[in-house]
Amino acid sequence: MNILKNFLLQLDRRIIYAAIALAVTIPLVLHFAVPLKPSPIVQSLFDALEALPPKSKVILSFDYGPSTLPENDPMAFAFARHLLTRNHRIYMMALWATGARNLDHTIEQVIEKEFPGKVYGVDYVKLGYKAGDEGLINTLFKDFKGMYTTDGHGTNINDIPMMKDITTLEDFDMILNVGSGRPGTKEWIQYAGDRGNIPIGGAVTAVEALLLYPYYPRQLKGLLGGLQGAAEYETALISKYPQFGTTGRQAQVYMGPQAVAHCVILLLVILGNVSYFLGRRRK
Amino acid sequence: MTMWDMIVLWIGGAMTLMIFSFLYKDNPFYKFAEHLFVGVSAAFWMVKAIQTTMIPNMWAAIWPKSVTGILHAAQHTEPNYVRLIPLGLGLLLLSRLMPRIAWLSRWAMAVLIGFTSGTYLVRYLQSDFIAQIRSTLIPLVVVTPQGLDVIQSLLNCVLVFGVLCALMYFFFSLEHRGVVGGISRAGIWVLMVAFGASFGYTVMARISLLIGRIDYLGEWLQSFGKIL
Repeated sequence: MNILKNFLLQLDRRIIYAAIALAVTIPLVLHFAVPLKPSPIVQSLFDALEALPPKSKVILSFDYGPSTLPENDPMAFAFARHLLTRNHRIYMMALWATGARNLDHTIEQVIEKEFPGKVYGVDYVKLGYKAGDEGLINTLFKDFKGMYTTDGHGTNINDIPMMKDITTLEDFDMILNVGSGRPGTKEWIQYAGDRGNIPIGGAVTAVEALLLYPYYPRQLKGLLGGLQGAAEYETALISKYPQFGTTGRQAQVYMGPQAVAHCVILLLVILGNVSYFLGRRRK
Repeated sequence: MTMWDMIVLWIGGAMTLMIFSFLYKDNPFYKFAEHLFVGVSAAFWMVKAIQTTMIPNMWAAIWPKSVTGILHAAQHTEPNYVRLIPLGLGLLLLSRLMPRIAWLSRWAMAVLIGFTSGTYLVRYLQSDFIAQIRSTLIPLVVVTPQGLDVIQSLLNCVLVFGVLCALMYFFFSLEHRGVVGGISRAGIWVLMVAFGASFGYTVMARISLLIGRIDYLGEWLQSFGKIL
């Protein structure tokens, strides 16, 4: 008992860092996977997208930066795959300046590679980033083309076929937000969803997710919370559309290391408590 | 992979290792990466603010001819002199840099605070107050055509009583003794569960970022093979 007590009390924090690094690296190298099942809040969003009639107009807002790519990118990719498979029209925009690059990344990695038949301006459009945060949403609600006078390439907005019948945010059938902070899903709910009765779907980092659960199910159609939510959405997508079984598993690949790292953290929490109680007994 | 992609990958890999080196102990490599990150971030946001706010919203609006051919949005538009008002208010904010006329910045601050609170009040009242109360007014006993839905009834009871208990904890007009004290203590448990869930989610988020970085380093290591 004394040996254990001394070992725990004198444990170097760098050993803990090394343990976590190994817990992540080894399963990543070995492609360790865990079985997943979509939770009701994820399945609800998936079903909402499934229920939309073909050619529905959906905003996909990229409100995240490079610091949360591992969590948010798989969400954006899964939404793009799902929307285009269902033949919906995607309007890609960003409330974050750093989101514009992620928007381009989704076009390059998913749309151009996996959906070469989809036509720019007919099936998807890059509206890009505009400054203004929730003020932008507020203005888009009244006058969409007043803010977006051109697309992300500088083409006049009226020359883009899929923009012809768009005047306000209320012309859209759904808004999907992939976000990691403010402005994000909360602002889309406050300034668009609740105001215009527009269905909102959220896909946010795990840190943000807990703050958004109270909006489900009345104000939010569904929510993807962190990597787990993204992986669950991929599971739902692959079970319905098996063609994404090889390309659409970004989050699922990361969930194996995530599960192992959580087990190691749980073990460390238990060891931390044991060392605390042993130390207290000594006093 | 192009040469440029390779350079970006190598810079990213080197910077990641420099930042991770802090886990061993503080060192000059970590300090260099930290300072570089802060400097690049500040420069990025300054350029973005000029590029996406000052030029299209101010310069192009007041003097559209000057940016014709550069900004597509400015073509065939008339000058909008109303934008001189926010420009003036913006300049007033800078008066804080000169102590003798610093009081002028209060005018701009007053407009800023008044506009923000006016806009936020309405949206928060609708989405976070009224709508949230409405979402809490749910049946405690859920009966479906198939009969009593025990699980949903239980979940609804937890939600409603959980909210009431947590609210009671913050209600200070009554002394927290007896029944009120009991409800308040239950409220503490509800809050602890919420904080625990928040902590768990934060751990998941941080591990996700670590996985992303290690995956990136794996890609970086693979690039050695391409060079060799």
